[in-house]
Amino acid sequence: MRRSIPLVATALGVALTLAACSGSSNTPAAVTTPSETATTAALTGTLTVWVDETRIKDIKPVADSFQAKTGIVLDLVQKASGDIRTDFVAQVPTGQGPDVIIGAHDWTGEFVKNGVVAPVELGDKAGTFSKSAVNAFAYGGKQYGVPYAIENIALVRNNKLVKDTPKTFDEVIAQGKAAGTQFPVIIQQGDKGDAYHLYPLQTSFGAPVFKQQADGSYTNELALGADAGTKFAAYLQKLGQDKVLDPAIDGDKAKQAFLDGQSPYIVTGPWNTTAFKAAGMDITVLPIPSAGGQEAKPFVGVQGAFISAKTKNAVLANEFVVNYLTTEAVQDALYATGGRVPALKASAAKINDPILVGFNAAGATGAPMPSIPEMGSVWGFWGTTEVQIIGGQAADPAAAWTTMVDNIKSAIKG
Amino acid sequence: MSTQQTGSRATAPDIDEQIVTRRKGTTSHARDFGPGFFVKLVLVAVVNALGVYGILAAAAVGSWGIVGFLVIALVLVDWVYFSRRMLPVKYLLPGLLFLLVYQLFVMAYTGYVAFTNYGDGHNSTKADAISAIQIQTERRVEGSPSYPLAVLEKGGVLAVAIVENDKAMVGTADQALAAVGGATVEAGRVTAVPGYTTLAFAQIAQRQDEITNLRVPVAADGSKGSLRTQDASTGYIYTPSTVYDAATDTFTDVVAGTVYKASAEGTFTAADGTTLNPGWRAGVGLKNFTTMFTDSRISGPFFNILAWTFAFAILSVATTFALGLFLAVTFNDPRVRYRRLYRSLLILPYAFPGFLAALVWRGMLNPRFGFVNEVLLRGTHVPWLTDPWLAKVSVLLVNLWLGFPYMFLICTGALQAIPGDVIESARMDGAGALRILRSMTLPLLMISVAPLLIASFAFNFNNFTLIYMLTGGGPNFAGSPIVVGHTDILISMVYSVAFEGGNKQYGLASAVSILIFVIVGTISWIGFRRTKTLEEL
Repeated sequence: MRRSIPLVATALGVALTLAACSGSSNTPAAVTTPSETATTAALTGTLTVWVDETRIKDIKPVADSFQAKTGIVLDLVQKASGDIRTDFVAQVPTGQGPDVIIGAHDWTGEFVKNGVVAPVELGDKAGTFSKSAVNAFAYGGKQYGVPYAIENIALVRNNKLVKDTPKTFDEVIAQGKAAGTQFPVIIQQGDKGDAYHLYPLQTSFGAPVFKQQADGSYTNELALGADAGTKFAAYLQKLGQDKVLDPAIDGDKAKQAFLDGQSPYIVTGPWNTTAFKAAGMDITVLPIPSAGGQEAKPFVGVQGAFISAKTKNAVLANEFVVNYLTTEAVQDALYATGGRVPALKASAAKINDPILVGFNAAGATGAPMPSIPEMGSVWGFWGTTEVQIIGGQAADPAAAWTTMVDNIKSAIKG
Repeated sequence: MSTQQTGSRATAPDIDEQIVTRRKGTTSHARDFGPGFFVKLVLVAVVNALGVYGILAAAAVGSWGIVGFLVIALVLVDWVYFSRRMLPVKYLLPGLLFLLVYQLFVMAYTGYVAFTNYGDGHNSTKADAISAIQIQTERRVEGSPSYPLAVLEKGGVLAVAIVENDKAMVGTADQALAAVGGATVEAGRVTAVPGYTTLAFAQIAQRQDEITNLRVPVAADGSKGSLRTQDASTGYIYTPSTVYDAATDTFTDVVAGTVYKASAEGTFTAADGTTLNPGWRAGVGLKNFTTMFTDSRISGPFFNILAWTFAFAILSVATTFALGLFLAVTFNDPRVRYRRLYRSLLILPYAFPGFLAALVWRGMLNPRFGFVNEVLLRGTHVPWLTDPWLAKVSVLLVNLWLGFPYMFLICTGALQAIPGDVIESARMDGAGALRILRSMTLPLLMISVAPLLIASFAFNFNNFTLIYMLTGGGPNFAGSPIVVGHTDILISMVYSVAFEGGNKQYGLASAVSILIFVIVGTISWIGFRRTKTLEEL
């Protein structure tokens, strides 16, 4: 008897366990394995969608309406914008990733290089989108994502402080200085730099980051070096010495300073203008004028959805991404909540908000942000070198720029 | 002090008695049906429930390693907690299991990754890479239309039906598309074919993998490509542009004829060196370790960071200990009034979460808007965090602010444990205050504090939070191919290499992690041996 007590207790524990597992039923035979429950759940269908905090607000209403219309449950998982990309690449191979990820087109190259996204076939729908938006998600001749919104930066003017439209960037500075505010113009930097917000100025010197082919796709040949690049570097140094640019001003401080009327101009995107309008400011959105003589081309970013290469719900995922996100009603709804220019031509034609029209006009000359994986090796060096030139740590801007180009080259080589 | 000793002496026999009675087994839990037994029963049942759930979940996804571990762990748990002879193991087992999972497994896995090229472009297994290449190089036949499509089934075999030239065509994976008679067509889409069941959405949802992987040849010899669908409602015709041959383990480009061979580096590589994306994780031997030292582009920053890591860890311990000790000695003097108040105030920085404090300091040291420059230095623009040397000084100062309360606490504790009569007798012998500190207090203090200093060194050696939150490793080195900076320590370099650069290199990052482990391990080992000699003084 003594001996059997542990045995009885163990058996009891196991029985309790099994009871806990099988839910309502008490017989061990009725234990359901997770795989079984998964298939029963798929009768209605559940799609896991990863989205970061900057986009979840746009996607949520669409997810709800998709669920109401099709009965497919959309499980929206909010990820931190800093981690979502890395986590996706790391988790898809383990089978733990989502079915769909909402993100930016410039992730395409990295995802394809790691084999974590499945190609999508837009078929005849491709023609209903703005061509550059569709091409932004193409890589190596295949389409990997479905676009829903386009965004770019532009020059935003506080009409209370300045009324003239500048023709060159030097005019912007001159007007800003004449306005007598704390800053003539604000371009956000931060201690790691911000090459994205400086890119229009850089391209106006004729130094795009990668060489672009006739069809708009990028080669992996760097184009930001040479004379054009060093001229831009010298211009950056001048802006830093004149205190036009300041590494201490990061995104939050830039937004706040413009809200406080400390500058007549800011270079920013549509994600900030909602706050400016809400604060009752009278603003106009202008194309960024040239600093170096050539056309200033901001990066154009495209928002869209990718399908995981290892999804178990490929049909449902395609139903959502290819057949649902591409409809006019959905693109309208995404515009209504997100306030970004829709990628679908029919929806974009309906916009009459002067601010978005302004951004659209400023982006008309822009170039898509490169989505090739090599771009990942560029950002870090680019931003820090620029901030070193602006802050004065790099006393010789041309040399710093040339070193940067060499570093990027060797980083790309691996 | 003496009262404490007598107190503990008084209780000692009771404890002994208890131990003896336990050993005799008169109060063994296994036979004690008191409330304690049932509490244990419930707790073990909960553990079993979680364990069995884990086993089932792991088995469902085919993770047999985890299944094996959980089965062994569960059997062990039940055996140990319901056995009468396993008393010591009952206390050790949870710790041992967690040690296995959170320490040994992680270490072994890091060690394994360090010998592979896991990272961007080498992200998954070879099988995944092959299927990814096959899908990525599949081309839609130029000029082919999109077909409204229906998914059918006959005897468990999937078939698809499309309409071409007003005729319904049906095909399966083995049977090329062929016209069928008697099919119902509605608005260009087949809705029913005699002899087949048309799958409804619910059935489609259950066989998604099968449907999306189904390739129906257009012509019997496969020359015209195959029909595929991804949403079960529209089909497109594709032809492969590369073909995989399992026998020779090669991919061949259909058009150009280029042959890509599987290489030891984990890629399909052609004779001219071009590769197909993606590759797979492959063992690369010691390459990750040697690049740290031999690749001049990485070794330069690496040795810089290594030196700074040592300087940072040593100086952090030295400064915090010096200040903590000074304050402890000062406030240990009975002549200081309001000692309790001061002591409580001095602990405050310690009560702050480190990452929060680092962020606050980062804001305060902002060159243009920070409190330090703006208010304390009346509007100067000292580049606290952007000048290489000043940034190092700032890091050390902030760490001093964060770290001295800990040293103050342990020194105060250790000082109070030094018997007063020893110091008293030294004073009687005519020793001065400094002499007492140097020859009596410090050596006695070191016996209890030295191991803590080593621990503190190890902690600061890996003080990722402070560096990441305060400077992010910056200002960055001008001229290195990995994004690392003047205040980066080894562990933040690992983070940078693994996650922050455009090109993630988990293999290299793991190799640096192992190096850190070896360094910290060696120093701790030497340190603890030295403290043993201290105790013998």
